[in-house]
Amino acid sequence: MKITVDEAKCCAAGQCVLIAPEVFDQRDEDGIVLLLDAEPAEEQHAAVREAAAVCPTAAIHLSGTA
Amino acid sequence: MNPPSSVLIAGASAAGLGTAESLRRKGYRGKITVLGAEPHAPYDRPPLSKQVLAGAWEPERARLRPRDALDALDAAFLLGDPAVALDAAARTVRTATGARPRTLPGQDGLAGGSVHTLRSLDDAAALRADLLTATRAVAVGDGVLGAEIAATARTMGVDVTLAGPQPAPMAAQFGPRVAELLAAVHAEQGVTLRLGTAACGLTGHGGRVSGVRLADGEVLPADVAVIAVGATPETGWLTGSGLTLDNGVVCDAYCRAADGIYAVGDVARWHHTGIGALLRLENRTNAVEQAAAVAGNILGEEKPYTPVPYFWTDQFDAKIHVHGQPSPDAEVAVVEGAVEDRRFVAQYRRRGRITGVLGWNIPKQTRLTARGCLAGHAGLPTPGTAPRGPALVALRASPSYRWEVPPALSSRGLRATAPDAAR
Repeated sequence: MKITVDEAKCCAAGQCVLIAPEVFDQRDEDGIVLLLDAEPAEEQHAAVREAAAVCPTAAIHLSGTA
Repeated sequence: MNPPSSVLIAGASAAGLGTAESLRRKGYRGKITVLGAEPHAPYDRPPLSKQVLAGAWEPERARLRPRDALDALDAAFLLGDPAVALDAAARTVRTATGARPRTLPGQDGLAGGSVHTLRSLDDAAALRADLLTATRAVAVGDGVLGAEIAATARTMGVDVTLAGPQPAPMAAQFGPRVAELLAAVHAEQGVTLRLGTAACGLTGHGGRVSGVRLADGEVLPADVAVIAVGATPETGWLTGSGLTLDNGVVCDAYCRAADGIYAVGDVARWHHTGIGALLRLENRTNAVEQAAAVAGNILGEEKPYTPVPYFWTDQFDAKIHVHGQPSPDAEVAVVEGAVEDRRFVAQYRRRGRITGVLGWNIPKQTRLTARGCLAGHAGLPTPGTAPRGPALVALRASPSYRWEVPPALSSRGLRATAPDAAR
C-alpha cells in the first residue's frame, strides 16, 4: 500500500488522525494533514482504508493492492 | 443474521458511495447497485460553493473517487436515472429525485433568468457562468451556504450583497459573538451586508431577475440572485411506500426505516440515543459516518448511531470548524488563542454542560479540545445547516430489481418516543 495526500483538498477535519494516528497527523499551524508513513505496515492497512473512505474531502489516495 | 444477497442504494453522492465502500470494507461480497439522479460520477458537494464556484478547481477535481477506485468497488452505478418510487408492499421500484433547495415566491417564473440555487455540479457551473458577467449579485440566505457563496462571489470580484433575517451570518449556529466576527470579515472584504430582514420575493424584467424584495419593502437591485434558504429532504418519491416520512425518513437508532430499509445522509432522521431525540444532520461528515454505521447494521452489527456532529466552513481567510452544537444562547469561553488574533478555540456551555467547540483558524487544537470535552455525548445538533449529502435508502434486492422487502413491513413501530428536540 502506498498513500498520497492532497494537501490542497484537505480541510483539516482530522478524521484521519483519529482513525490512524500512526500514519496521519495534522500541522499545528493550520491543521493540514501530515503523512507520517507513506507505506505503512500491513497492520495499519485496515485503519488507513477507513481513514481514506471517511475523509470529508477525499484527500487521501491509496495505490497498490497490499 | 445472514447478510442480504444484494443491496440497492438510491443516491450516488457521499452517503451512497460511502455505504457501498463501507459494505465492501466490512467484507460484504453480494451485489451492490447504486442509483444516481445525476449523470455525473459521484462527486463532492462542499467544493461547489467554494473551489468549483471560484474556478480554482475544474469540476473534475470534485470527483469523490478516481475511476479505478470505483471499478474496484465492484458495484453497478446506474446514473442519470433517479429513483421515483419505492413500493415496499408490491416489492417494486420505479425510478425520480434528490434533495430540493427551498425557493422564494416568484422564483420559478424567473427560471433561466439568472436566479440560482446551488446543490449540484451543474448548478455550480451555471451560477459561475452568470457571476463572471454579473454587475451586482445578491446572495439570499445567512446560513453557511449563503455566506460561502457571498464570500466566493466577492473573491471573484463581484459586487455582492448578503441578505438574511439574522443580525449576523450564521448567528443561529455560532451565537452572536462569533457571528459578529464573521460579519466583520465579510464587511472588510467588501461584501455588502443587508441583514436583519428576510427576503420575501423577487422582481424581474423581461424574464430576468432585477432585484430581491425584502420584507420591509426595500428591493435590492440584482442581475444575479442566488437563493440559499435551506433545503427540504426529498422524500416525495417515498410517499405511499409505507415508510414514516416527517422532515425526512424517520428511522430507529440503527438508521433503519423498516426491516431491510435504511436511510443515510441528509434525508435520514434517526433516533440519536445519546441525546434521546430524532435528529437529521445535513453535514458532510455525517454522510460517511452514517454510511459506515448503516453498512455495519445491514451486515448485522446492530450498533446505534451516536455521532458528535461536525462541520466546517471556509469563508475568505476564515476556516471555521465546529464540533457538537454551539447553540446561540450558550455561554462562550475562549480556551485557546484570542478572538482579536482571529485564531481561537471557543467552548460553548449551556445549562452547565459543554455542548459545542468552535475553532477559528486553529483546526487541530479545536479537534483536540472537542475530543476532551465532547466525547461520549453529542451536543444538540443544528437542524437546517447547508445541504451536503444525498438522499439514500438501502434495501435488500434481488438482481432483477424485485425487492425482497418483508411483507410484515410496518413503519408504525419505528416512531421514536422521545421528545423531538431537533425542531
